[in-house]
Parts: sequence; C-alpha cells; structure tokens
Amino acid sequence: MIEVRGLRTQFGALVLHQDLDLSVRRGEVLAIVGGSGSGKTTLLREIALLERPAAGSIRLFGEELAGIGEAEAFGLRRRFGMMFQQGALFSSLTVRENIAVPLREHTRLPARLIAEIAELKIALVGLPAHAAGRYPRELSGGMVKRAAVARALALDPGLLFLDEPTAGLDPVGAGGFDELVLALQQALGLTVVMVTHDLDSLWRITDRVAFLGERRVLACAPMAELTRAAQPLIRAYFGGPRGRAALPPG
Amino acid sequence: MDIATPARAELEGTCLRCAGLWTVAGIEAARLPPEGVASRVDAAAIAALDTCGALLLLKLAAPGARWDGLRPEHAALLELVRAHRLPAEAGPPAREENPLAQLGRAVTEHARGLGELLAFIGEASAALGRALLAPRRLRWKPVLANLETAGFEALPIVGLLAFLMGVVIAYQGGMQLRLYGANIFIVELVGLTMLREMAVLMTAIIVAGRTGSAYAAQIGTMCVTEEVDALRTIGIRPMELLVLPKMLALMVALPLLTVFADILGVLGGMATALLLLDVSFTEFLDRLPRAVPVRHFFVGLGKAPVFAALIALVGCFQGFQVRGGAEAVGRQTTQSVVQAIFLVMVADAAFSVLFSWLKI
Repeated sequence: MIEVRGLRTQFGALVLHQDLDLSVRRGEVLAIVGGSGSGKTTLLREIALLERPAAGSIRLFGEELAGIGEAEAFGLRRRFGMMFQQGALFSSLTVRENIAVPLREHTRLPARLIAEIAELKIALVGLPAHAAGRYPRELSGGMVKRAAVARALALDPGLLFLDEPTAGLDPVGAGGFDELVLALQQALGLTVVMVTHDLDSLWRITDRVAFLGERRVLACAPMAELTRAAQPLIRAYFGGPRGRAALPPG
Repeated sequence: MDIATPARAELEGTCLRCAGLWTVAGIEAARLPPEGVASRVDAAAIAALDTCGALLLLKLAAPGARWDGLRPEHAALLELVRAHRLPAEAGPPAREENPLAQLGRAVTEHARGLGELLAFIGEASAALGRALLAPRRLRWKPVLANLETAGFEALPIVGLLAFLMGVVIAYQGGMQLRLYGANIFIVELVGLTMLREMAVLMTAIIVAGRTGSAYAAQIGTMCVTEEVDALRTIGIRPMELLVLPKMLALMVALPLLTVFADILGVLGGMATALLLLDVSFTEFLDRLPRAVPVRHFFVGLGKAPVFAALIALVGCFQGFQVRGGAEAVGRQTTQSVVQAIFLVMVADAAFSVLFSWLKI
C-alpha cells in the first residue's frame, strides 16, 4: 500500500530523515513511534502529500509521489483520509457540515443523501445524534477527535492516517477511541497508519510498530517482538516504568 | 476507483437487480429507481460496496426486504450501516421569525454591544489610571515596539497619500479660483483643509485600517488559542499587557503621523499651485502663516490623540469579542475597522460643533 525508500528530509542544516525505509501492507494497523523530534509527524505528512521530502521515493497506492502532478495528487488525496492532532475541524461549520465538505467537494450526490451519509458517519464513530448540529467549539476533546475521524472517513477511503489520536484524552476516552479504530478497521477493511505515544494503544490495536530513531526506521515489528529488541534506543523507550506498566499480562 | 462501471439498479416488478460499483464514486452517476419499493434485492452482481453505497441500497429496499446473493463481507457492511443508520429525521424546522421580533433582537444585541464597549472603555481607563499612578509598572517595551510598527512603518503610506490628497485638493479648488483670477487664495484653501481636517482624518483612517485591524486580529487569535486566559492565570492583566501599550503608542504615533501628513499635504498643494496657478514656493510659504493662523494646525493636531484612543480601544475590544475560531477573527477584524472609522467620523463632527461653539 505504501512503500518508502531511501527517504531524506531536511530543514535547513537539520537532517530529519536519512535513508529511511518503510512499507505498509494492505489492511494492517501500523504505528509510527519514536522520541520527540524524531520526525514521526513529518513522515506522516510526507506520505499524505502535505510536505515534499528532499530525496528518496514514496509510493502510495503504487504511485510515485516524487514529481507528481497536481491532477494526480488530487486523485490520490480522495483515496485516503487524515485526522489531524487537534482535529482541524472547520470552526465555522457544524459537525454535519464538516463531514459533508469532502462529499460536496468531490461528488455530485444530492444534498439530502449527503446529509444522510454524514449522519451515518456520525453514528459510526460513536457520536450521539445531537452532535450533528453542534459546532466544534461546543464539543469535548474526545468528541472533536471522533468527529475528525468521521470527516476523514467521509469518502470511504481505504487508508486512514491518524496523528496522535489519543493524545489529550482521558484513559476511558482513549480506550474507547482505540476500540473505535479497531472496530472501523475491521468493519471497513481499512489500512491505518498512526503516529502515537500511547503505549496502551500500541499494544491494543497495532499489527506492527515502526520505531523511528537515528533518522531512520530502526525496527518495524509487532509490539511483542519490538519490546524484546536489543537496540538501546528501543530498550530505553519501552523499558522505562511506563513501558513495563503497559505490558499485557502474561 | 474505476468510474467506468457505475452502480446500476433495475427494478423488475418488486425485485431490484443491482450491479457495478456501489461506492461513493460509483453511485453519483447512477440512475436510481424510486425508494422503498423493492421487496427483494438481487445483490450478486455488486462488484464493490462501501458505507455510502450500503446506505443507498438500504434506502432503495423496502424495510424487511429479502437479500439474495449477497457476499458475506458485503452483508457484514450492510449490517453495520443498518445498525448505525439514524431514524430518518427531518432537519431542524426552519423557524420563521416575524420582522418585529427580528428588529427587537437586533436592537437588544446592538444595545448590549454598546454596553460592553462602554464597560471596556471604563476598564481601560481604570487601567490607564493605575498605570499613571505607577508609571514604572507600565510595560515600556511593547509601547516602543508598537510605536515602531504603528508609527514609523506607516510613514511611507501616510506621506504618499497626504501628498496626493494635497495635489487633488489644490487641483480641484485651483480650477475654480483661476476663473476669478484669485490664484493666491489657493494658500488658504490648501492650508486650512489640510491642517484642520484632511490630514488628521486621512491619517486616522489609514491607521484604523492598518493598525486597528492588526490589534483586533492579534488579540482575537490569542483569545482563540487561550493565550489570553493563560495570561490571566499567570496573574497578568490582559488590559495592562495587551491594551494599554497599544493605546499609549497609538496616542503618540497618530499626532506625529498627522504632522507628517500636514507637511506632505501642503507640499502637494504647493506643487500643484506652482504648476497650475503660477504661485511660486516663496509666495506660497510667505502667505501661509498670515493666511492660516497657527491655531488651525493645533485644532487638527488636538483631535489626533482622541482618534488614536478610539481606534486602539475599538480594535482591542473587537479582538476580545472573538469567540470560536478563524471565521470569528475575520468577522471581528472587519467590525473593528468599520466601527473605528465610523467613530472617528462621528468624533470629528462632534469636534466641529464644539469648536464652532468655542469660536476656535
């Protein structure tokens, strides 16, 4: 689904990624982890066509992103959804209108059907029906994140990007969000790529975890394997008291 | 997604035969039979299905319809959508309010806005009073920074527009004066209009558009990002950090800009007088102090700090009124410019009345 080869990202003199390789398979939940400033979100943004890398190749749905034209990029953008860290809901629109934006923009469906689809998505992400007419500022943090997922899923994309989906949520809310991602992923056959720090999420919902460090992907493996890795950075990340506390029983 | 095979649905009696791509891209081109008629759905030829397509299928089929040939994964998706489909509710009824109620609402809203503005002016005055009693507590660094952005950086645009204004006034008036051979009276015309009215008014309008809007946008964005609340919790009064320095800086900058506009405006008038009316610079400058008493200059200048306070207060006030997000910032910024220019004009008219009473 996604193939990243020899990626290099540079901001001025700062080299963020160097010779970075990563591949994502269809239908899996892959998390990108790593210390602060290791370029997790930047990597996600490069795959999602929001930033251009300095060198290297990214193939999304088999199409090379380097030197892609505006028309091809437009077509590709229809095929994935992205949830931003703060939700990035349009503050002047209600939740229903927010979800309808991609549908109105990309399809010629009648307005009545678009409203019904938007309400279906609201129910799918577990928001109460009365949330549809609310404005983003009237929602709690967890509800904003769910609404953002609903908007990302508006066009039924096969691929979903999540940037820090559980950051800032209480444990109950974060747990509920994990279950939501898992349920949607299984029901809709989604491929999910997420950036997260949440160790409980990593254990609960990911198939594989890519660990970013030293400007590249140090390891990409299921959690159980990754926590046994000998690499010092990975050991430091998962070996602390929090990492051990999040270990599943047994 | 291949749009070449869009969703197809044909109604044969009460049996709905479906084929093609029932996805969001596939269904938009589909020609659909009436909803809720089919009691049997033949779904064997459906090539792909997503939630949008499933929703549409459920709408087409009558409740309790029989589904034939449905693939297991499609059946699961259909079940998911059916479980989450909201009972078709009519949108919120559009409430027609009678015009009288609308008028009443508008009046009360404006009255409340006015009351809030007055309260804000009171708060700002109190903060100003406190600052004057303890000048060392005043934040001088933001004052100087604001003085630079609002004053110094506005010099080119104010100077250029004042010069052009002087040219235009002298040209329009000079054409009339030349008919009567009263060329030399161009000095009174340009001197009086520029010094007493036009320079200060035009400078105030430029500053309202340039600086008042910037104040509103800055404070408004800070409200959205909760920076203003952060200041409060740290124990810094937003009034003292955000409003007072801006107000003081503008009350210094606007009079200075006005003097600059006076000079360039008269210069523009002089240039036109020379080229159009054969009034030399020497003649013009010789006559200017005799024709236009210096009090006119001070009348114009005296209005500047008042206009400055109005512009700064309205800009900051509108900034604090921002609730919500990006759109509100834009709306309140527009409001700040409109209100500031309006209030400047009203104040100018009030000054005219006042000065004619005082015979200045």
